[in-house]
Amino acid sequence: MATNNKSTQPDMPANTITVNYKKSRFSKFLTGITWVAAVISMIVLVFLVAFILIQGVGNFSADLFAPQYTSDNGSLVPAFVNTIFMVVLSLIIAAPLGIFAAIFLVEYASSTNKFITVIRMTAETLSGIPSIVYGLFGMLFFSSTLHWGYSMLSGAFTMAIMILPLIMRTSEEALMAVPDSYREGSFGVGAGKLRTIFRIVLPSAVPGILSGVILGIGRVVGETAALMFTAGTVADYAGFMDSGRTLALHMYVLSNEGLHMDKAYATAVILMVLVLGINALSGLVAKKLTKGQ
Amino acid sequence: MKANYIREIVMKVIFFIAACASVFAVILICVFLFANGIPAMGEIGIFKFLLGTEWRPSNDIYGILPMILGSIYVTAGAIVIGVPIALLTAIFLAYFCPKRLYRFCKSGINLMAGIPSVVYGFFGLVLMVPMIKSVFHIRSGATMLTASILLAIMVLPTIIGVTEASLQSVPKSYYEGALALGATHAQSVFFTMIPAAKSGIVTGVVLGIGRVIGETMAVIMVAGNQAVMPEGLLAGVRTMTANIVLEMGYASGLHREALIATGVVLFVFILIINLIVAALKKGAIQHGD
Repeated sequence: MATNNKSTQPDMPANTITVNYKKSRFSKFLTGITWVAAVISMIVLVFLVAFILIQGVGNFSADLFAPQYTSDNGSLVPAFVNTIFMVVLSLIIAAPLGIFAAIFLVEYASSTNKFITVIRMTAETLSGIPSIVYGLFGMLFFSSTLHWGYSMLSGAFTMAIMILPLIMRTSEEALMAVPDSYREGSFGVGAGKLRTIFRIVLPSAVPGILSGVILGIGRVVGETAALMFTAGTVADYAGFMDSGRTLALHMYVLSNEGLHMDKAYATAVILMVLVLGINALSGLVAKKLTKGQ
Repeated sequence: MKANYIREIVMKVIFFIAACASVFAVILICVFLFANGIPAMGEIGIFKFLLGTEWRPSNDIYGILPMILGSIYVTAGAIVIGVPIALLTAIFLAYFCPKRLYRFCKSGINLMAGIPSVVYGFFGLVLMVPMIKSVFHIRSGATMLTASILLAIMVLPTIIGVTEASLQSVPKSYYEGALALGATHAQSVFFTMIPAAKSGIVTGVVLGIGRVIGETMAVIMVAGNQAVMPEGLLAGVRTMTANIVLEMGYASGLHREALIATGVVLFVFILIINLIVAALKKGAIQHGD
């Protein structure tokens, strides 16, 4: 009876409890510190981006875009062209390898296979190795042992190994997201395994694979340490076997020399906007994938 | 029919070879690093190399203890500063963030992860170094503290990302159960959800440690790089990564090999951290969270 009585009364007691618990000082404190932390993170980010942008844009000048680099003008054009060259070269190596590896893992191998575990483990190991170790390896293997010296080619191979796990993982995820019914349908109308992969599975996985490849481009563009002792730091247009600095390396050298800090500021903006733009593009492509389904 | 069959087999072999590329790469990296680094360690003497407190290549004295300690101190500093902020931010994103703010915050964190380390380094060089200098009235602002703060900023997105994902994957019923027992929203989050996501959080922190210890360009630009035993928060330090980049350009002979051996030590650190991460992930799968 007592309980019945309570429930028929107006909700006063229940309400006070609610109010009490919302006002609990300890809970407020906990909520407060998460807000503080998030605000700190955001302020740091906004400040960093704004600082680089504002300082950099103010230092733009015509010199910066001169077609030839001299120690006077600090032009970034050759470095920019080298960056594009480096991206293309490393993608030519890494993209087919990564995508084919993903095809093997998803379409051919049974997931219980021991060897597959080994491949996954090594890919994970690769993605945890810091870029300076890649740089050392590239120097020892491509530059010294294969006698390629400081060249775009040794840089590109080093970069290719570095972005391989990224492309492999994203391609794998994209392939796994393709419904099995597509494959069954294709087999059902008499297509072979290879035809199914190239005509049915790969086309539907393209956005996912592409977003991974674009992320890889971003990594190459922003990389410094791994290229320093493989591609070298010559500030001129480079061919396959020539040493040439990419934009990120160019920026490091500028700020290290300290002679052209204004150019370093301006290059920082271009580098940052470029990498962030590439990453955003990858996100957009990936979003297109989810919309399409 | 036969041509088709052959093509299928050939392509299968090609796919298989591509899949082996990563295994091959890891083996190559290990072989080349160890083959070039271990002999130098032998020549210098493994204890003299690892525990020697002096690095003077011009006198053929190669002790990398200052650099090992430098790496460890800077990493510890970055973790002490970065982890609390990263964890609380992740908790905020997962449980306290108003819906309208969430997208803004999330893309901000992703943006942070994308900024190249040389840009972070530059930011540290032109802004943080002078600031630390004027705040503490010291001769140079390139100190262990500067490097730790900068690396703490750089490691935020890694830890936030992993932690938030593991918090999101805790079953909602835990939270509801805690609420039903009379806990407040904040109490349920802090005392049921976070303990349940423990292994994911630890994985994130360990991954972060790996990132920090391997970071090179940003550290070089702000840490001062003196190859002496670390003297305190407000003195310059040199990390293992910095040691390699700074001197590899002109080193030759035993000096060069000693630098490669420094790389080997760094590589071993990273491998150990990778193993810990793998073990943690395995543990997480077995416990089902």
